[in-house]
Amino acid sequence: MLAFLGRRILIAIPTILLISVFVFGMQKMLPGDPVLAMAGEERDPQVIEFLREKYRLNDPIPVQYFTWVGNALQGDLGISLRTQQPVTELIAEKLPVTVQLAVMALIIALVIGIPAGVLSAYKKGTWVDWLANLIALSGLSIPNFWLGIMLILLVSVNLGWLPASGYRPLTDDPLQSILTMLMPAFVLGTGLAATLMRHTRSAMLGVLRSDYVRTARAKGLSEQVVLVKHALRNALVPIVTVTTLLFGELLAGAVLTEQIFTIPGFGKLIVDAVFNRDYAVVQGIVLCTGIAFIAMNILADAAYRVLNPRMNEK
Amino acid sequence: MTIKKTLGLALALGISATALHAADLRIGLQEDPDILDPDQSRTFVGRIVYASLCDKLVDITPDLEIIPQLASGWSWSDDGLELTMTLRDDVTFHDGTPFNAEAVVANIDRSKNMDESRRKSELTSITGTEAVDDMTVKFTLDAPDATLLAQLADRAGMMVSPTAASEAGVDFGLNPVCSGPFQFVERVQQDRIVLSKFADYWNADAFNFDSVIFLPIPDTTVRLANLRSGDLDMLERLAATDVASVKEDGSLLMEQAVSLGYQGITVNVANGDRAATPIGENAAVRRALSLAIDRNVINQVVFEGAFAAGNQPFPPTSPWYNKDFPVPARDVDAAKELLAEAGYPDGVSVEIQVPNNPVQMQLMQVVQAMASEAGITVTLQAKEFATMLSDQTAGAFTASQVGWSGRVDPDGNIHQFMTTDAGLNDSHYSNPEVDELLNAARVSNDTATRKENYNAALAILQEDMPIVYLYHQAWIWALDDKIDGFVPYPDGMIRLEGVSFSE
Amino acid sequence: MTALSDPSATLAPRAPSRFWRKMRASKSAILGAILVAFFVLVALAAPILPLPGPTETDWGAVRKAPSAAHLFGTDEIGRDVLSRMVWGAQASLMAGVVSVLIAVALGVPLGMVSGYLRGWSDAVISRFTEALLAAPFLILAIALAAFLGPSLSNAMIAIGLSAMPLFIRLARAQTMSVMTEDYVESARAIGLGHVALIRKYILPNIFPPILVQATLTIATAIIAEASLSFLGLGQQPPAPSWGSMLNVAKNFLEQAPWMAMWPGIAIFLVVLGFNLLGDGLRDALDPKDL
Repeated sequence: MLAFLGRRILIAIPTILLISVFVFGMQKMLPGDPVLAMAGEERDPQVIEFLREKYRLNDPIPVQYFTWVGNALQGDLGISLRTQQPVTELIAEKLPVTVQLAVMALIIALVIGIPAGVLSAYKKGTWVDWLANLIALSGLSIPNFWLGIMLILLVSVNLGWLPASGYRPLTDDPLQSILTMLMPAFVLGTGLAATLMRHTRSAMLGVLRSDYVRTARAKGLSEQVVLVKHALRNALVPIVTVTTLLFGELLAGAVLTEQIFTIPGFGKLIVDAVFNRDYAVVQGIVLCTGIAFIAMNILADAAYRVLNPRMNEK
Repeated sequence: MTIKKTLGLALALGISATALHAADLRIGLQEDPDILDPDQSRTFVGRIVYASLCDKLVDITPDLEIIPQLASGWSWSDDGLELTMTLRDDVTFHDGTPFNAEAVVANIDRSKNMDESRRKSELTSITGTEAVDDMTVKFTLDAPDATLLAQLADRAGMMVSPTAASEAGVDFGLNPVCSGPFQFVERVQQDRIVLSKFADYWNADAFNFDSVIFLPIPDTTVRLANLRSGDLDMLERLAATDVASVKEDGSLLMEQAVSLGYQGITVNVANGDRAATPIGENAAVRRALSLAIDRNVINQVVFEGAFAAGNQPFPPTSPWYNKDFPVPARDVDAAKELLAEAGYPDGVSVEIQVPNNPVQMQLMQVVQAMASEAGITVTLQAKEFATMLSDQTAGAFTASQVGWSGRVDPDGNIHQFMTTDAGLNDSHYSNPEVDELLNAARVSNDTATRKENYNAALAILQEDMPIVYLYHQAWIWALDDKIDGFVPYPDGMIRLEGVSFSE
Repeated sequence: MTALSDPSATLAPRAPSRFWRKMRASKSAILGAILVAFFVLVALAAPILPLPGPTETDWGAVRKAPSAAHLFGTDEIGRDVLSRMVWGAQASLMAGVVSVLIAVALGVPLGMVSGYLRGWSDAVISRFTEALLAAPFLILAIALAAFLGPSLSNAMIAIGLSAMPLFIRLARAQTMSVMTEDYVESARAIGLGHVALIRKYILPNIFPPILVQATLTIATAIIAEASLSFLGLGQQPPAPSWGSMLNVAKNFLEQAPWMAMWPGIAIFLVVLGFNLLGDGLRDALDPKDL
C-alpha cells in the first residue's frame, strides 16, 4: 500500500509541474494587459509602467515563471492585482463557501441518486427502470445555468420563497445560510444525482447477479434485507469511488452555479479573475484545484484498493 | 484578513445584526469595487463606498455647485495661483488621529508622490501644499486651474488618516481609515463590504443607520429580485428595462439622475496603421455615420426612454452643452449624400469593437441595423473590456464603442480625450485650434470665458467628429418604500446624509 | 458530463445486423435518434423555412410575447425568436460536432501512439493528459476561449482541446488492451508491420467505444458551447446561438420570459437526444450484455 502511494505521488510530481507550466503559459498568452485592465478608465502611463515593473511583468517570461514557482513552494501565491489581497488568503476565504455548496449538492445527489439507482437496477427492464433512466438522463441534459435562471424566476421572483442570490456564512446564521444555498445546491446536485444513479444502477446490476445474493435469496431472506444489507453494501465500493471522482465535476459545475447565484466562492473568483486578467489569482486557483484533483484521484485509487483487495493481486 | 479574524468578525456581526437589525442598510452594487484606497482606486463603484467611508475637502450639490465638507471655506488669490482653505476643527479620523492642516499636506503628498497613486494627473497643477496654521492650508499652483476644486470634490480630495496610511503603505486599502460618517469593519471579496457608524463623526446626527452593507450583485435581474424579497434595501444602476416594472410595484421607489458621462463611438483617426480606413481618414464618413443613427430610437428600444440622447461630451441638460448643435434627427438620405460626396457612393465598411456585455451589444446591433440602411456596413467585434482597452491604446482598432463616467468639471469630459497626445486620446485626434481652446478653458476662472471656449471647440468637433456621441446614461436607483430622504445626484453616488427608514 | 463512463472492456467488432436489432429494440435509442434527427433536419431546413431573417429587426415589435405573427415571440431588438432558434440550431449542432471532431482527431492518434509505443512517449503523453484533466473541463474551456478571443470557431477549438484528454485516455486504454490479445501477439510474431497491425486489429477494435464516447461528448460539448456563449465567449451577434440568446435573455427574465424559455428547452432536448443515442449505442455495441 505504502509503495503504491509512494509511486503514485512520485508520478504526480511531473504532472503538477506540467500543470504549473500550462497555467502560467496560458495566462501569459491571454490578450490584454493586466495592469491596463486594472486601470480601467483611468490610464496614467507613468503609474502603469511603475506597476508593470513592481509586479515584474516586464521580466522575461522564464524568470517570471521561476519566481512564481519558487514563491509558490514557500506557500506564497502572490497577490491579487485587483484588491491587493494575498491569493492564499483569498483561497482560504472562498474555500469554505464552495465546500458548503459542494457538500450540500452532494447530499442532494446522494439522496436522489442512490435510491433511484437501486430501484432502477432492481426493476431492470421494466417501465420503472426506463423512466428512472430517462429522468436521470434529463438531469444530465439540462444546462444547469438555465435551470438556475428558471428557478430564480419561479422560486424567488414569482413565488418569493427563497432568496435569489447571495451567501450567508454558516457561522453567521446557520438556517439562513442553508436556505440561501438550497437552490444553487439543487441546481448543482441534479446533474450529479443523474451520474450517481447511473453508476449505482450498474454496480447493483453486477452485485444482484452474483452468487452471494442468490444464496441470500435462497436462505429465504426478505427482498428488502437482500437488497439493502447484501446487495447495496457490496455495490457501495464502486459508488464511493465514483463519488470521490465527482469532485472535479462539482468544481466545474460550481463555476456557473456561483456565477448565476452570485455566490462568492471559488468558481466566481476564477471567472472574474479571468475576465479581469488577475493573473496571480487564476494561476493560484487552477494550481490548487489541479493538485486537489490529483490528490482526490490518488485517494480514490487507494480507497478502491483497500475496499477491494482483489486489485492487489493483479 | 486572516480566517480567524474573519470568523471572529462574522460572529460579532452576527450578534449585532440580530440585536439591531432595523438600522442596517443593505445596498446592492453592480460590481465588486477594487482596492479601497482613494489614491489607488479606479472604479466608479468604489466611489459609491467612499461616499459613506471617506469625506472630502469639498463636496457638490445635485446642481454641481461646490460646497464645503472638510474645508469650511476657501479663497483664491487674484492671479489664481494660490488656493487657501480653512478646515473644520471638529473632525477626527476613524483611528482617533486628529484632522488638521498637516493631515491635508500629508494627503496631498501621498496622492501626488506615492508611486501607485492614480491621482497624480488630477493634481498636476499643485506645486506646493503648506500648513499656514493648524486649521488653514494653502495650495500653490504653477498655473491657474479651474478644475482643481472639482478634483478635490472627488477621490483626490478624500482625506485618509496619515497615521494609518504611513503604517499600512500600499496596503492601506485592505483596512481603510478615513473620516467619513461610517468606518470600515470588514470586506469579503465579491460578497460584501461592511461599514459601521462612526460615533465621533462631526455630523453624526444626520446619519441614521448603525451599519451600511454593500453587496455586489452583478446580475440586474437577481439584484432586483433581492430588493423585492427584502434582502436589499436599495440598489444602484437599475436596468432601464426594469424601470416600468419597478414603477408598477407599490412597495418600491425609484429615483434617477442623468449622469455626467457619455457613451459614443471613438474612431481611430491617427493612431497607427489602423487609422487608414475611410472612416478614419474622412470626417464626412464619420458625420454620415452620425446622421444614419436615430438616437431617440436607440433610447427607446434599448433603454426604454430612460436615458438621454446626446451628441456632445455633455448631456443636453448641462450648462456646458452647446445649444447651437442640438441632437440631430436621423437623415439617411443626407448620410448617403455625404458618403457619395466623400467618394464612397457604394458605401463603406467599418469594424467597431464593443465591450462584451449584452446591453452594449444590443446597442451596437441597433446601430449596425441603422447604419446599414445608409450604406455603412458595420462589423461588430466583441472584446472583453481588458482586451479592448489595450487594443485601443495600441491603435489596434478602427472604431470602438466606449464611454466615460463623467466628471463634475467640464474639462474632465473633453480635455484628456481631444487634446494632442493627451492620456486618454486613443483616437490620436489632433487639432491645434482645439488644443488652444481647451487649454485656455482649463486655466480660466471665468465661467463665461470658459463657456465661449468650449462652445468654439465643440463647433469644431462637430465637423471633425473623432468621437460620435450617442447617449448619456441615467443613474437609476430602486429603493424600498420604507426609505426616506434619498437625494439623487448626477455623479451617481449614494449620500446617506438625512436618509432613514420611515417608522 | 459523462466523463466517467468508461467503456473499458475490449469490444470485438459486431455483426451489423445484431447491432441494428438491438438499436431498434431500445426505446431510449429510438427516442434519442428521433430527437437528434429532428434538430438536424431543422438546422438543415433553416434557409428554406418561411420565416423572417434571424437578424431582421423591427423597432415596432420589441420583446413581444408569442403571437400568430411571431410564434415564439420577439427579442430585445425586435427579431423573430423562432427564426433565431432555427438558425441557432445550426450553431449549436455544429459546435457540438466540430469540437468533438477536433477532440477525436487529436486525441485518438495521441492515445494510440501512447498505448502502442509505451515507454517514454507514453509517460510524456500520460502526464500531459493528467495535467489537462486536472483542470476542470469548463474552467479550461473558459480560459482557452478567453485566450483565443470570443467567437464561435474559437469556442469550438477551446471545447475540442478541453475534451481531447478524454479521448487520449480512452484510445490509450483500448490500444493497450487490444495489444495483449493473443491474436495480436501472434500477428506480431509472424512479423506483421505496424501500419497493418494498426489498420487490421487496433482501429476496428477501438472504434466502437470511441463512437460511444464521441456521441456522449457531443452532448457535453453542446452544453459547453452554450455555457461559453452564456458568458459571452461564444457565438457573436448578430448571428444567433442558443447560449448567446440565453445570455441576453437573462436580462429580460421578468419582462420577456419566453426569450429564456425556448433556447433552454431546445438545448435540453438536443442534449437529451445525444445522451439517449449514446446510451443506446453503448448497449448495442457492448459484448458483455448478451
